[in-house]
Amino acid sequence: MQVSLDINGASVALDLDARTTLLDALRNHAGLTGSKKGCDHGQCGACTVMVNGRRINSCLTLAVMHEDDEITTVEGLAEGNTLSPLQRAFISHDGFQCGYCTPGQLCSATAMLDEAAKGWPSNVTADLENATPLTDEEISERMSGNICRCSCYPGIVEAIREAADAPAQKTGAEA
Amino acid sequence: MSVGKALPHDSGPLHVSGQARYVDDIPAPAGALHLAFGLSHVARGRITKMDLDAVRAAPGVVMVLTAADLPRPVDVAPGAHDEPLLSDKAVHFIGQPLFLVVAESHLEARKAARLGRVEIAEEPPILTIEQALEADSRFEDGPRVWTKGDASGAIMGAPHRLQGRIEMGGQEHFYLEGQAALASPQEDGGMHVASSTQHPTEIQHKVADALGLPMAAVRVETRRLGGGFGGKESQGNALAVSCAIAAHLTGRSCRMRYDRDDDMIVTGKRHDFRIDWEVGFDGEGRIEGLDVTQYARCGWSQDLSLAVADRAMLHADNAYLLPSARITSHRLKTNMQSATAFRGFGGPQGVLGIEAALDRIARHLGLDPVEVRRRNYYAPMTEGEQGHPHLEVAPGETWQEAPEDSDLASRGSGEDLPREPVAPATRNATPYGMEVTDFVLHGMTDRLLETSDYAARRAEITEWNAGSPVLKRGIAFSPVKFGISFTLTHLNQAGALVHVYQDGSIHLNHGGTEMGQGLFRKVSQVAAEVFGVDPARVRITATDTQKVPNTSATAASSGSDLNGMAAKAACEAIRGRMAEALASLHQCEARAVRFAEDHVEVGGDRISFARAAQIAYEARVSLSATGFYKVPDLSWDRIKGQGRPFFYFAHGAAVTEVAIDTLTGENRILRCDILHDAGRSLNPALDIGQIEGGYVQGAGWLTTEELVWDERGALKTHAPSTYKIPACSDRPRDFRVALWDQPNPAASIYRSKAVGEPPFMLGISAFLALSDACAACGPAEPALDAPATPERVLAAVRRARG
Ligand code: FES
Ligand code: FES
Repeated sequence: MQVSLDINGASVALDLDARTTLLDALRNHAGLTGSKKGCDHGQCGACTVMVNGRRINSCLTLAVMHEDDEITTVEGLAEGNTLSPLQRAFISHDGFQCGYCTPGQLCSATAMLDEAAKGWPSNVTADLENATPLTDEEISERMSGNICRCSCYPGIVEAIREAADAPAQKTGAEA
Repeated sequence: MSVGKALPHDSGPLHVSGQARYVDDIPAPAGALHLAFGLSHVARGRITKMDLDAVRAAPGVVMVLTAADLPRPVDVAPGAHDEPLLSDKAVHFIGQPLFLVVAESHLEARKAARLGRVEIAEEPPILTIEQALEADSRFEDGPRVWTKGDASGAIMGAPHRLQGRIEMGGQEHFYLEGQAALASPQEDGGMHVASSTQHPTEIQHKVADALGLPMAAVRVETRRLGGGFGGKESQGNALAVSCAIAAHLTGRSCRMRYDRDDDMIVTGKRHDFRIDWEVGFDGEGRIEGLDVTQYARCGWSQDLSLAVADRAMLHADNAYLLPSARITSHRLKTNMQSATAFRGFGGPQGVLGIEAALDRIARHLGLDPVEVRRRNYYAPMTEGEQGHPHLEVAPGETWQEAPEDSDLASRGSGEDLPREPVAPATRNATPYGMEVTDFVLHGMTDRLLETSDYAARRAEITEWNAGSPVLKRGIAFSPVKFGISFTLTHLNQAGALVHVYQDGSIHLNHGGTEMGQGLFRKVSQVAAEVFGVDPARVRITATDTQKVPNTSATAASSGSDLNGMAAKAACEAIRGRMAEALASLHQCEARAVRFAEDHVEVGGDRISFARAAQIAYEARVSLSATGFYKVPDLSWDRIKGQGRPFFYFAHGAAVTEVAIDTLTGENRILRCDILHDAGRSLNPALDIGQIEGGYVQGAGWLTTEELVWDERGALKTHAPSTYKIPACSDRPRDFRVALWDQPNPAASIYRSKAVGEPPFMLGISAFLALSDACAACGPAEPALDAPATPERVLAAVRRARG
């Protein structure tokens, strides 16, 4: 069937089987291979993209369900040729080795920072009433859906911390 | 200076923007076909009937192949010729490929593969160690046994004796990028293969063999892997060969990737081990004799198991001088996935055996476990000792004709060319007779105990535990001494190809593959160092069997050691020629020409490197060179277990603190301090990344990662939903990693040391800390097995309580 998706600000018309996952639509039909397939089961996070600013596992959702949504993939995180602060921080903090989890980590972390800034609690948030600082423990918990088999977690957390602290302490994180 | 700098990974900007291409990201050539295997659902038996009509009739299916349909017998084993690509009627494990489906799409191929009706006359599978021993189901004629002195006599005569057993599970690689390959037919019968492999030469060899082509007609390219960890040393053969055969038969490009569950069901994993040990020691905890028996479940085919089991034996001593030892190794053949290489390659299993024994000794004598370890250490490297008693290449090498089709480039090929063993070494020697001359763990231990505040924390933990009935904490130290070199001696060679273009840009190619370890960056730093240029001038290119032939797998931690040296040789050859050309123009000596800071200084002039390249070109100087390197000074007889299999040893030490909940067995790593010996690091940032990653992966192996097969031999943990890989929140809360920055006494590349595998074994300290926490629950021995899942921790707590 014909589907029109809004991917990274561009409208893309695709002819898809109705059962095509968003991940397969991106990789196999829209030519955007940045999003990775690690498990195809919603268990590794390599396929994470943002839909209307919220992170989802694109292997667990069907493309046809997202006709009117704004989809952002790793290819859409930079402004033109300028990498986002988070992308730059991943490079400077060695937030990857093989790089296969990186697109998912970046999409996940971008949306996660926004969730935290809006005060959404996580499983380890002690105080549900007041803004909780984005501690390393909070970051780890909130990023636990994105596996890195190379175990670059220290670099990933540092990179996210740097990006979180950068824009005017919006998140209420500790410096 | 570019060597020694903490430069980021070479593909950083590509990774963060999603532009870094892996095999399955390569745009499909027009008309590309997709492949999937039909798999066995029985662990052992013979195929009596294969009805594949429904498969052939399924939508999109172009071709279905069984072993009988292949143009020639096709084997995908890395050496032993015991792995037919598709079953030849015999069925050896659940997940074995029986037939191959070629279809228009990945999904159609997979769906069709499910439609096969295969009848198999089942036989009882051999799964457990007991079953394998009973049936004498093993590789090689019997157990391998290496001895040093009279271990039994020493144990009998020792003041104290203990014996024990530790079981340790295997480990799924879970490289985040699954196995993948893409083959495209070329003119004149040639084949191009893109493969996610650590061993392009082996893929080339196996594809050539399958198609009846000379190796020169097959080209294999590998730009990067989304993780390898040993799982892509031999396990990619089946996919690449299938793609090549199908491409050959259809004339179309063919690609294949395993779905994650298939990947876990089909491919080999780390060998699980049982280790029985008996040790005799004095009242101070000094070992007098050790008798170790290792049982490895190798799965259905030999793969690299002999070399893995050898390395487990080679590390049965870890960092400790054993006055006498007997090491026995059983390589058992079972109806399971064929266990394969995994970071450490048997080393971690060997090390865990003796570490468990040392902890028992310490608990038995009521001594601090660190002190017991220190007393058993090898003697330290002495000042001025260069770590090289045998600088000559072993004399009297004899060459034996290899069997015609043997896969010489693989660690699975078993026998090495025979060599004269070096004279058995004396006092400070390993059980296999290699003198240890570069041992630095004494100094490292002192420093780590100090920086981690070990003594005070141990005292504090003991006190805290006394007042905490439910939660218990534990702390442990563990060292590692890891031998660097392929134990199949002839694999210790590498090649590189370097071009300097007339605009001064540099093209670098070598035989190693990039799987995240930062090899390409490190080798580019070496090239930049030789030419005295900015590393940005060095263009890193995909590993390609057409550029550098006859490469060894990127494995055994040897990537930068071998390829760095080869690249250095190539760069030095070109630099030498450039210097001569410039010197003769300036009528000075070539020796006086200096390459630094992106410039060349010659006869008082300072010109840019680009200008120098242009001048050399105009002077008709060849600006292209190959480089070659072979590791000197190795000599090893694996049957006798005697010789000098390693170029040098790399060391590391860790202190880990954990907490357990004695009601649930749940546990956490609270803090980890590591001091690791990377020699004079080529790139401290990349090395620290390897150390952190290796530790977490090692700790994962021994804590959360549990493989479970049912009684039919089916792997039940075949997805990340049931197989727990460490996540961000599983890393140590407090993680402090430092480098022991002393130059390698062996003449390695810029005196650095290999760093891929050794830190994996530091994860053992997490396991020992859990064991320590369990031991704090009562007077008895907890006898914790690995992986220390909450269930096992709980059982150990009960045992400790007595
Ligand atoms: S591929 Fe979607 S979560 Fe793993
Ligand atoms: S960088 Fe390899 S999986 Fe994360």
